[in-house]
This record gives sequence, structure tokens and C-alpha cells, in this order.
Amino acid sequence: MSTPTSDSGQGDDASRRDFLYIATGAFGGIGTALAIWPLIDQMNPSSDVLALASTEVDLSPVEEGQAITVVWRSKPVFIRYRTAAEIEAARSVDVDDLRHPEADEERVQQDKWLIMVGICTHLGCVPLGQKATDPQGEFGGWFCPCHGSHYDTSGRIRKGPAPENLPVPPYEFLSDTSIKIG
Amino acid sequence: MSSPDSGNRIVQWIEYRLPIFSWLDHTVGSGYPAPKNLNYLWNMGSLAGIVLMIQIVTGIVLAMHYVPHGDMAFDSVEHIMRNVNYGWLIRYLHSNGASMFFLVVYIHIFRGMYYGSYKYPRELLWWLGLVILLLMMASAFMGYVLPWGQMSFWGATVITNLFSAIPLIGEPIVTWLWGGFAIASPTLQRFFSLHYLLPFVIVGIVILHIWALHIHGSNNPTGIDVKGPQDTIPFHPYYTVKDLFGLGVFLIIFAYWVFYNPNYLGHPDNYIPANPLQTPPHIVPEWYLLPFYAILRAIPDKLGGVIAMGASIGVLFLIPWLDTSRVRVATFRPIYKQFFWILLADVVILGWVGANPPEGHFILIGQLATTYYFLHFLIVMPFAGWFESPRKPPDSISSSVLEKGGGNASAKEAVQ
Repeated sequence: MSTPTSDSGQGDDASRRDFLYIATGAFGGIGTALAIWPLIDQMNPSSDVLALASTEVDLSPVEEGQAITVVWRSKPVFIRYRTAAEIEAARSVDVDDLRHPEADEERVQQDKWLIMVGICTHLGCVPLGQKATDPQGEFGGWFCPCHGSHYDTSGRIRKGPAPENLPVPPYEFLSDTSIKIG
Repeated sequence: MSSPDSGNRIVQWIEYRLPIFSWLDHTVGSGYPAPKNLNYLWNMGSLAGIVLMIQIVTGIVLAMHYVPHGDMAFDSVEHIMRNVNYGWLIRYLHSNGASMFFLVVYIHIFRGMYYGSYKYPRELLWWLGLVILLLMMASAFMGYVLPWGQMSFWGATVITNLFSAIPLIGEPIVTWLWGGFAIASPTLQRFFSLHYLLPFVIVGIVILHIWALHIHGSNNPTGIDVKGPQDTIPFHPYYTVKDLFGLGVFLIIFAYWVFYNPNYLGHPDNYIPANPLQTPPHIVPEWYLLPFYAILRAIPDKLGGVIAMGASIGVLFLIPWLDTSRVRVATFRPIYKQFFWILLADVVILGWVGANPPEGHFILIGQLATTYYFLHFLIVMPFAGWFESPRKPPDSISSSVLEKGGGNASAKEAVQ
């Protein structure tokens, strides 16, 4: 410290030390981040939950105007055999006026069968409207009692806080009267 | 609270190695001078600490019998209620204890707001208190999920879905929180783990809160700083006795709920086992979260509602700077004092709106009350401080206490 030579040497030492500090810090930081990842990822769905369950549904007992609820990936799925009047109501709407613009034709594979996940896109409640005695909202579809979202006969959001239409799950018709969801 | 200089040789032996007795004495003993004019609103801090201890003790006992699994949780709670010795008592203490904890803490917070306890130099103390409030809300929410009734399940659904409002990463975050594609057993198990953990985190923050408190000491009803020993009395025995008396009154109220009305503050739907396919017609949180729930619903937009609800607590972090008044206490602030009571009424109205379905005039009332809530902090607080002329506070704590006697004397003089 006291001699000039050691002062000049200190400059080199300092830069080498800086490198060591940064390298040690970076090594420790990245290593810690890698070590934390399993602790975070363990909370994601486990393999058995991820194993994609598919559900087959027989539609033959469902009468026109009726609706049934089935379970797919532990979520309720609404299946509604729509009347001609309901289909007409869903198609007479100007799509551009909708909050989440989707034509009714894009949301169904067969006009009379409306199939969608029955979970309100606001905060996840199950909307009412499956039973004839349920409130069906101002647009004759579904009404979410939690925060007052109204869905129409195509399951599209028309009024209330929900941002999106009820989502349509992947499904296919195995025959005219049976479908496979998932 | 044994005096560290007591003649007890065991005390001296320990004190020499670990000065815990003098530490206690300076924390809650005769070595801690407190302002001599604290009123009963200053009981709430120690009461909150005692209720936290009650919650931890009853909670640990309940965890000995509870099973955190989707198929067994509901039945294990009924098992506690029917079969476990005194299980009903311990569970009712714990569930009503949560309500009492919030009651005490809300009074504590409004006390702090009326008397300006958040102002310089107690900003960090106020912040630590708000962190405790947030942790309490998280603990209470997760605790309410554990009985796995209908309200548990759907309350959890609604609250966890708040995170889905975050753009882009919202949905993955919700799936991560759930450990699946809906609320199910994995969600319940992690909530149980965190519900057990968080109270101990709260204890840690409480220690910091008390530490920060002891740096500048308690605020007091005049808001004037302590100027000397004539303004203080020792915490023990004066405030230990006052706190104990308050505890007695509190326990009477607590016992009323536990023994005479244990389910009044809960919701009957939570005695129906969780059903993922049927939402109850009317989901409400527990009473202590209703004002925030009303703010969430007041905004007709998902992300907006979530932001407003977060901001309703976030804005409280800013009030040490939003309050521009030189005078701490609302007592001496003729304009602001009235706005304080309007705010209190506004929060009660928000709670009432939150308890009712989002229909008809409740929507409008909720929106007006939400608007006023933010106006109070963002507009009224700074402007009241700038434009109002506060009354002159007393010269010292001591003189304010003596003036009460002196006030009578001057009244007599006036008569003469």
C-alpha cells in the first residue's frame, strides 16, 4: 500500500477482482435461477392431469330445445339442441357490433348443435341457462349470476363484464348422434 | 416483564448471556415510555397480535385433523365438527377468529388514518402494516377454500381467475396456480400448504412492524411528538393493564360469535360440498373482503376491474405523500375530519354493495362509491391539506392532558 509499485499493481488486482466478482455473481445467479425452476414448475399440471382425456357423448336422447351438460377435462361442456328460432336469432346479429366478433357459422359444425365450454370468460363461473327454468339473460342464451354477463343463443358475450365468447372446444361428429370432445 | 435488575439469580444468569429480559422490558415493559394520552383505539395493535396467536394455535390444532384432498376435505371438516373432542369449538374459534382479526385490524387502520399515524416519520411502519393486511387477505382467502364447500370452490375460482385478466401470460399463470385446467385437489393441497405458511410470514412482518414502531414510538391522539419525560408513562403497568382490560371486552365479543352465532358471518352454501358443475346463484366473499369485491365489480371491464381492486389498496401505500397537511391529526382539521367520516361511510356502502347481486341500482351505487373512494385519496387528501386552515394543536401532550382539567377551571372562570 505504501510503496508506489504496489499501488500500480493494485490497479491490475482490482480489475482481476472485478472479473472474479462478476463471474462468481453470474455463476451463482444463473445457478440459483436454474435451481429454482423445478420449484416453480412443480405447480404446473402434473402428467396425469395433462393426459388429455376425451369425452364421447351420445346426443340421441336430447330433444330439440333441450340442453345437457357433460364433463370434459373436469370442465362443464354445454351441448344445446337449438331451435330454428334460436339459430335465426343468433344469425340475425350484425357480427361487427359484437364485443368478440364471431359469426354463428364459425362456432358450430352442425347448425342445430351448439357445443361450448360452459365457463364464463369473466371469472370462471358456470353460467345459468341450461335448464328451461334457469334465467337465460336478455338474449335467450345464458346468464352468469356471478357478475351479470349475458350470452346469446350462440354463446357470444352480449352484455356484462366478460371479455370473450364462451369457447368452443375441439370436437368431431362420430355419427349424426354422437360426438367426441377433445 | 420481570425487571432486568431484579435480584433473581436465574434472571441475572440468563440476562448476562442473553439480555432477553431487558429487551422485553424495552419492548413491552416499564422501560418503554409511551405517550400518556393514548385512548382505547390504541388497544387494537396488541389485540391484533393476540388474535394472530389465537389463529396460529387453533390452526395448528385443526391441521392435526384436516385432510387437504378434494375427496376428503369436506368430510374431514365435518369429522372435526362432530367427532373430534372440542373440534367444533376449535373450528369456530378459528373461523370467527379470522373475522375478529380483520375487525381489529380495520379499526387499527382507520385509527391510523384518522390520527395521521402514516405521516413522517412512520411511513415505513404504515407500509409494513399494509403488507400485513395483504398477507392476511391471502391467508384468509386460502383458509376459506379449505372446507371445500360450494363457496370455497367458487370463491377460489373467481379469485384465481382474476389473474387471467393479465394480458398474454394470464392464462398460463392461472393454470400454474391451479395445477390443472380447473380448481381441483392439486389447488386445494397447495392452498393448504400456503395457508399454513403465511401466518408465520405475518409474524415476521409483525416483528418488523413493532421494530419500526419502537424507533419513533406510538403516535398519539394529539399527533404532537413526545417532547420529554413529562409526556410519557411507562408501558408497564399502565398500558399492559389497559390492553388487558380491552382484551377482556374483546373476548366477550369474540365469545358471543363463537358460542351464540358461530355461522352468522359465514355462508350456508359452504355446507354444500364443492360441485365443479354448478355455480351457486350468488357468490359473495366473506364480509371483510366485500368492499374490494364491490370495487372489482364496479368496473365493467375484466382487466379494469382487477386493476381498480389492486389500486384500492395500492393507493393506501401513497397516502403518506398524498396527505399534504402539516397537522397529523384529523381532530384539528375541520374540513378533512368530515371527509374522513364520509370515506368511512363510503367503505361501508361499498361493503353493502359487494354483499348484493350486481343488478339494478346496486351497479350505479357501486360505481359512485368506487369513484368517491379514489377521489378521497387522490383529490380530497392533497387539496384539503393545501387549502384548509387547521386549528392549533396543543403545545404538548402533557398540556393537552392537563387542559382537560384546566378546561373545567377556565369554564368556572367564565361562569364567574
